Amino acid sequence: MAEEDGALAAFRDELRSWLEANCPADMRDGRNDEASICWGGKNWNFASEAQRTWLQRCVSKGYTVPTWPVEYGGAGLSRDQEKVFHQEMRRLNARYPLQSFGIWMLGPALLHFGTHEQKLHYLPPIARGEIRWCQGYSEPGAGSDLANVQSRAEDKGDHWLVNGQKIWTSYADQADWIFALLRTDREAPKHKGISFILLDMTSPGVTTRPIKLISGASPFCETFFDNVEVPREQVVGEVNRGWDVAKYLLTHEREMISAAGGTMGSGRALGAVLADSGSTDTVLRADAMRAEVDGLAVALTLERYKDQAEAGQGAGDASAMLKYMGTELNKRNLELVMAAGGSDALIWEDGRAPNWLRTKANSIEGGTSEVMLSIISKRVLGLSG
Amino acid sequence: MAKLVRTEEEVMLADAARGFLDQAAPVVHLRGLRDAGQTQDRALWSEMAAMGWAGVLIPEEAGGSDMGHAAACALAGEMGKTLVTSPFLSTAVIAATALRQVSDARAVQALARIASGEVTYALAIDEGAKFAPEATQMQTRADGNGFRLNGEKRFVVDGANADRLLVLARTDAGLTLFDLPADRDGITREGQAMIDSRDAARIEFSDVAATGEDVLGQVDDAMSVLAPALRAGQAALAAEMAGLAAGAFGMTVEYLKERKQFGVPIGAFQALQHRAAHLWCECEVTASAILNAGRMLDEDPENAALAVSLAKARATDTAQRAVQEGVQMHGGIGMTDAFDMGFYMKRARVGAEWLGDYGYHANIVAQARGF
Ligand SMILES: Cc1cc2nc3c(=O)[nH]c(=O)nc-3n(C[C@H](O)[C@H](O)[C@H](O)COP(=O)(O)OP(=O)(O)OC[C@H]3O[C@@H](n4cnc5c(N)ncnc54)[C@H](O)[C@@H]3O)c2cc1C
Ligand SMILES: Cc1cc2nc3c(=O)[nH]c(=O)nc-3n(C[C@H](O)[C@H](O)[C@H](O)COP(=O)(O)OP(=O)(O)OC[C@H]3O[C@@H](n4cnc5c(N)ncnc54)[C@H](O)[C@@H]3O)c2cc1C
Repeated sequence: MAEEDGALAAFRDELRSWLEANCPADMRDGRNDEASICWGGKNWNFASEAQRTWLQRCVSKGYTVPTWPVEYGGAGLSRDQEKVFHQEMRRLNARYPLQSFGIWMLGPALLHFGTHEQKLHYLPPIARGEIRWCQGYSEPGAGSDLANVQSRAEDKGDHWLVNGQKIWTSYADQADWIFALLRTDREAPKHKGISFILLDMTSPGVTTRPIKLISGASPFCETFFDNVEVPREQVVGEVNRGWDVAKYLLTHEREMISAAGGTMGSGRALGAVLADSGSTDTVLRADAMRAEVDGLAVALTLERYKDQAEAGQGAGDASAMLKYMGTELNKRNLELVMAAGGSDALIWEDGRAPNWLRTKANSIEGGTSEVMLSIISKRVLGLSG
Repeated sequence: MAKLVRTEEEVMLADAARGFLDQAAPVVHLRGLRDAGQTQDRALWSEMAAMGWAGVLIPEEAGGSDMGHAAACALAGEMGKTLVTSPFLSTAVIAATALRQVSDARAVQALARIASGEVTYALAIDEGAKFAPEATQMQTRADGNGFRLNGEKRFVVDGANADRLLVLARTDAGLTLFDLPADRDGITREGQAMIDSRDAARIEFSDVAATGEDVLGQVDDAMSVLAPALRAGQAALAAEMAGLAAGAFGMTVEYLKERKQFGVPIGAFQALQHRAAHLWCECEVTASAILNAGRMLDEDPENAALAVSLAKARATDTAQRAVQEGVQMHGGIGMTDAFDMGFYMKRARVGAEWLGDYGYHANIVAQARGF
């Protein structure tokens, strides 16, 4: 044990000096808002030279995906080392070098369900920020009832022929590839006829149309597939068993969305937000204190579940709980940020309002709060009906 | 820090405790004591002591099992599930932790008597309706080499039955903690009929003589002994309340599956399902705060204040939610004395107040977090 602690301490020292030496000064503001995130991909325009440098340096160490195996572009960190990694990043207030649906969602699904060839082919470009992915799950008629997807992929021997429509596809207009749920068997029960298929967005027949959000931004789209030909081998997992992949990926998506709760927006603690505002409102203070108490306990729960998973006591439906609690809390926090900001926060340019509005989607995307509660009552509590 | 997962030993301890308590002290045990007009069961406490629970925080040299705060919290949690009444918190957690801060031979002897189950303690702090140790007014006056204590303490949990009292009083330049036999001349105890059917006393001190021998730690410096003891007690009480919430929640979910209305189990109605699921989430989140408090007390006690207050605040909130939903989802039967849910509700209210309420602890959290 003492030896292990020594090794961990050595890792921390080495990491700390590497971060000190390599993280550009401009990347040390802890920002995690839309304007500061580096998403990568072929169409990516770096917001600054510092953003480019930071990404390249992290890529060389595997730090964009610290826990992935080295052969797929990661740093192969253990759970203990990962904790240290995040602590040291926070100590420096460092921005994440790269964020993407590839890192959060597709990567974990490929690591679990992909063939060795698929992993070698798709994972390293995600780790290097070269290919940007989007998620083609939702359809006009398949939101909460996701297994009702109707877009279909027909078996044409050496390829699939894809037709249909997706909606709410975040960043579809900027992504290089999409992972999609497509119906491959129309006779089978709805959960048993879906496949998880990877598509190049530049394929002939793929078009996107942006949709404007209440925050003014338009990061999501309608996505249309019109006789798109997709090579046969681009199915992940078994044909018609895509629902298993989809669900596994969703647990990662939910954990990611709930974890984002702590860092959304300015990433600053509520106490500091209130202090800055100079507010003497005791009602606001009391609300913020409650949110702080709950926020700390939710953050500990995230840690606890990770520790449990590592100890082999994984709670499969835990992600529904974390997603529900994390996103509802996040919405509460941003309401408090707006209240503390008063009329200053009502001006678009101020930047708080878009974040506040964006958090409203947290309890919808990746499965709504109501869907999370239904999952828990059915699978954890055993309530039927 | 150690992981936020229970160790194998902690799991075994909790399982063993559950097995014993289901036999020896289900809720009907508390009901029986109440109906008999009693507030404690000394024989039950002797059995717990024989299993090493009284010595959970006491060094092996003094006859304890020294399992640590996380283990004490695990025990308290199991007691909470069936509302077990015992001097565990006052004696084995609070008094034992206070005595451990003092390393003289007398303290070691006192610890040995706690571990064996021979002696029980109560902590006499409150003077008003709210927990505020720093505002203690109880007067002492110098009398030769010693002191005379005058004043009144309220809400002394376990105070009517305890053999000894830890009494917080104001001395010349600060606060001092006295360790006195409960039958010393000038002490008058009056048990109060509490809503949770447990022991709490109003205690009058009328010119009670105390010497330097009776001081725990240093004169004018109660807090270096008392603060760690309070943190230990607050964490274990939080664990008890989290256990209480889990107990009340478990009963409620069972009822949702059993009770039929409109031809189906009421658990088939989404209006109830979602509330039950939400409550489960609250219980899970609170469990993390409890585990964290135990770990911090064992590994970094100097810096455990935030973790302990977080646990107590969360547990207070969760327990109150659990009992309110518990009564509501039981409908009319939840309101009856013959049904156990009311016992949970009343204990949750007492636990909310003891050793600092939600606001007291949320303020500590907020201060530590830069508010
Ligand atoms: C900002 C944003 C980004 C998104 N990005 C993507 C993306 O990249 N890719 C993608 O595939 N999708 C994406 N989505 C879509 C998202 O997953 C869906 O919006 C979500 O699953 C809900 O589906 P819906 O919008 O059709 O709502 P509906 O399913 O129509 O739900 C409407 C309301 O009814 C409630 N409801 C539905 N069923 C039940 C039930 N059984 N019991 C109780 N209440 C119920 C819901 O909780 C909700 O409150 C995104 C959404 C948003 C807001
Ligand atoms: C103090 C007191 C005085 C009373 N006095 C009288 C009186 O004078 N005369 C008299 O006739 N009755 C009286 N009652 C009975 C009272 O009207 C019933 O308790 C009440 O109607 C609920 O019925 P129940 O107890 O069978 O609960 P249940 O119907 O079994 O309900 C249990 C829980 O399930 C919920 N539930 C049930 N069905 C649904 C559904 N479809 N959707 C969502 N949730 C549901 C309920 O809201 C409740 O939370 C009294 C009750 C009390 C507590």
